[in-house]
Amino acid sequence: MIWPFQRRPAAIRTVAGLGEIQARFKVEHAGFSLDVDLHLPGRGVSALFGHSGSGKTSCLRCFAGLDRPTEGYLQVNGQLWQDSAAGIFVPAHQRAVGYVFQNANLFSHLSVQRNLDYGLKRIPVAQRRIALEQAVELLGIGHLLQRLPGKLSGGEQQRVGIARALLTSPRLLLLDEPLASLDLKRKQEVLPYLERLHAELQIPIVYVSHSPDEVARLADHLVLLEDGQVRASGPLKETLLRADLPFVFEDDAEAVVDGLVSAHDQSYGLLSLQLPGSRIRLQLPHGPLPLGASVRIKIKARDVSLSLQQADDSSVLNLLPARVLDWINVAEQAHVLVRVQVADEQLMARITRYSFDRLSIQRGQSLWAQIKSVSLLSAS
Amino acid sequence: MPLTHADVAAVWLTLELASLTTVVLLLLGTPIAWWLARTDSRWKQPIGAIVALPLVLPPTVIGFYLLVSMGPHGVIGQLTQSLGLGTLTFTFTGLVIGSVFYSLPFVVQPLQNAFEAIGRGPLEAAATLRAGPWDAFFTVVLPLAKPGFVTASVLGFAHTVGEFGVVLMIGGNIPGKTQVASVQIYNHVETMEYAQAHWLAGGMLLFSFIVLLALYSGRSNKRIWQ
Amino acid sequence: MRPGIFHTLCTLVAALAFTSNVLAEQVQVAVAANFTAPLQAIAAEFEQDTGHRVLASFGATGQLYAQIQHGAPFEVFLSADASTPAKLDSDGLGISGSRFTYAIGSLVLWSANPSYLDGSSAALMANQYRHLAMANPKAAPYGLAAREVLETLGLSAAVKGKLVEGQSISQTHQFIATGNAELGFVALSQVFKDGQLTGGSAWMVPAELHTPIKQDGLLLKKGEHNPAAAAFIEYLKGAKAAAIIKSYGYQL
Repeated sequence: MIWPFQRRPAAIRTVAGLGEIQARFKVEHAGFSLDVDLHLPGRGVSALFGHSGSGKTSCLRCFAGLDRPTEGYLQVNGQLWQDSAAGIFVPAHQRAVGYVFQNANLFSHLSVQRNLDYGLKRIPVAQRRIALEQAVELLGIGHLLQRLPGKLSGGEQQRVGIARALLTSPRLLLLDEPLASLDLKRKQEVLPYLERLHAELQIPIVYVSHSPDEVARLADHLVLLEDGQVRASGPLKETLLRADLPFVFEDDAEAVVDGLVSAHDQSYGLLSLQLPGSRIRLQLPHGPLPLGASVRIKIKARDVSLSLQQADDSSVLNLLPARVLDWINVAEQAHVLVRVQVADEQLMARITRYSFDRLSIQRGQSLWAQIKSVSLLSAS
Repeated sequence: MPLTHADVAAVWLTLELASLTTVVLLLLGTPIAWWLARTDSRWKQPIGAIVALPLVLPPTVIGFYLLVSMGPHGVIGQLTQSLGLGTLTFTFTGLVIGSVFYSLPFVVQPLQNAFEAIGRGPLEAAATLRAGPWDAFFTVVLPLAKPGFVTASVLGFAHTVGEFGVVLMIGGNIPGKTQVASVQIYNHVETMEYAQAHWLAGGMLLFSFIVLLALYSGRSNKRIWQ
Repeated sequence: MRPGIFHTLCTLVAALAFTSNVLAEQVQVAVAANFTAPLQAIAAEFEQDTGHRVLASFGATGQLYAQIQHGAPFEVFLSADASTPAKLDSDGLGISGSRFTYAIGSLVLWSANPSYLDGSSAALMANQYRHLAMANPKAAPYGLAAREVLETLGLSAAVKGKLVEGQSISQTHQFIATGNAELGFVALSQVFKDGQLTGGSAWMVPAELHTPIKQDGLLLKKGEHNPAAAAFIEYLKGAKAAAIIKSYGYQL
């Protein structure tokens, strides 16, 4: 039931800003402060990335109105939810947000069906943009409806939590490390559903994570938080390639590349991808995928080496024409991270300083990037 | 030996008093327990201590202060008189008020424990699912705290049935109005009607045992006080 | 063990031995509540004169009877009536022949309000009060006397619904003293000292309105071999005690 004495929601003001999210939060606690000023795209997935204690979750709670920052401004695609300067604070239950909690946070006294109904019933029919059946199908939870949350696996709980949030027809979907409490197998079970959200939802998603893999796989926009401050914010690929960020600390440095499935070699079990806007091809061991499907792959800097000649006697599968953009010395001095352009994409190569000097690498130089390993992040 | 008319009246009065007291206690204790469970206020400890006072105070202390404060010169007495209610000593209403204060910790503490055990999670989930605070309280907190409410009601009821000192001090032993079972037992003992006393006392013993047995069996896997 | 602690322990043991020595010279007395004030005065004199100590427990006569019956360690019992000591005697809990009347109680209608009563029964008869307090007549002899007074005056029906009962005469006094009952029947000894009221206003209830409140005392079996108990009873019968008893408004 909808509580009869519930006050009519205060009219939510609209402001200019369609197509983007503007958020400014200032929170001061003993031992912790958050001070962020964010401009995020009005659709697609924005990842808030950082170590624990960096303020990711605090930030997300401010988005939802679960915490009230001392100073704050928040507008989501033109809807003004907070403007502390004007004394505006729309409480959590009057914001059109969907929130997926780290531990799912399902109501233990209600069946899955009634958990889903809880939010749905509170949305006027005219404002519903997703039907129960759709959400159930999208998250693959049709067989769970009559169960109690206590009888579900962690992954199933998360999927129900996501469906429950979606059924409130939110204008902004917030996910707080939905995979963090799951083991690898459960993660693999939930990730495809998150990718479907990404592909099928028209609303912006803010995704909190401390896993580079998840971020690389799901995000379009990356916000790097450190000690409650924004260290970097920008489109995913660009930001990943910014060699000045802790994100690229040596072993972790990586690039994300989009490709289209162009062929599959049955006899060798190799999948061929074409980099968009070019004739350059990448191959990786993988089962067949539909031709023309768009996929996202991850290439670690340590798996990329550079050579001046197109060696055709190497065991390395992928040898791509590249152009040197810039480089940075990494901390321990023995290595250099070199950023190169391949077609429209950018990669990073982690090579020794000795090799760097021996090849006398120059800006704008053309050379070959040998890619030892490619991992497929997603296919949609 | 069967119970006398006065004994039966005393038993009914006791049940009436305990039922009404329990209802008042739930209405009053729920917001107090809720506040105590959720607040970070520096008043939390003092208020919690005041609520717990009847646990340690002899009932006669409570009874004495109630007698004084509900009397014509006391704070409560002045208030009720100015409201045109007269004084509340020697009245059933007065007993309800006394019992409510006396049994308050037995209701507030189980509720507070239940609310604390629920934590913020379900409430935050409810808020992000568009449930306002009241809505969330009735649809999420109440169902989740149900075992706490059962414990609180049973303890509040049973403790009121067993109350003696307060009733003795402010009741005045008026049959049908303030002469409850525990006082009636005392009357029988004082007047050496031991057989009568046994009937009533044995009945109360049995009642208390059954109540506690039901409570413990119903929650065999959980500790009553959490 | 360090010598300091050993020394302390020795002192403690010595102190305990000394205390137990004193215990032999004390008498435990169960006293009807109405006699509280005079007994305290008498006990003080007695302790000073004899060196014995009095441990007094005050309560309603019925309650004390029940306790004695169930083994309470009382050695002397001062009842508010004559029948309870007689019962104890026939129960075999008292020493035969030790029963004596130590006082005859006076009933008073009392109000904490100094102008409520004018020395007559006028306010009682006018019936303009909300609550009239008395002791439970089944448990307290003063309550029984009060009920007889109301019957004699033909007020029993009129005050029904206004009567509040204290479990003992002291609780009755409490009801009146706190103003919760405008007036009520108490023992004169509770509101009277040295020939005058200690407060409020009163009507001295004429003795012919009720059966005399003969208050009897008794040496109990437990006190048979305690010289302090016998000494206390003798002291109670003496002139010094009689003067104190009278000063609280009792007859002898």
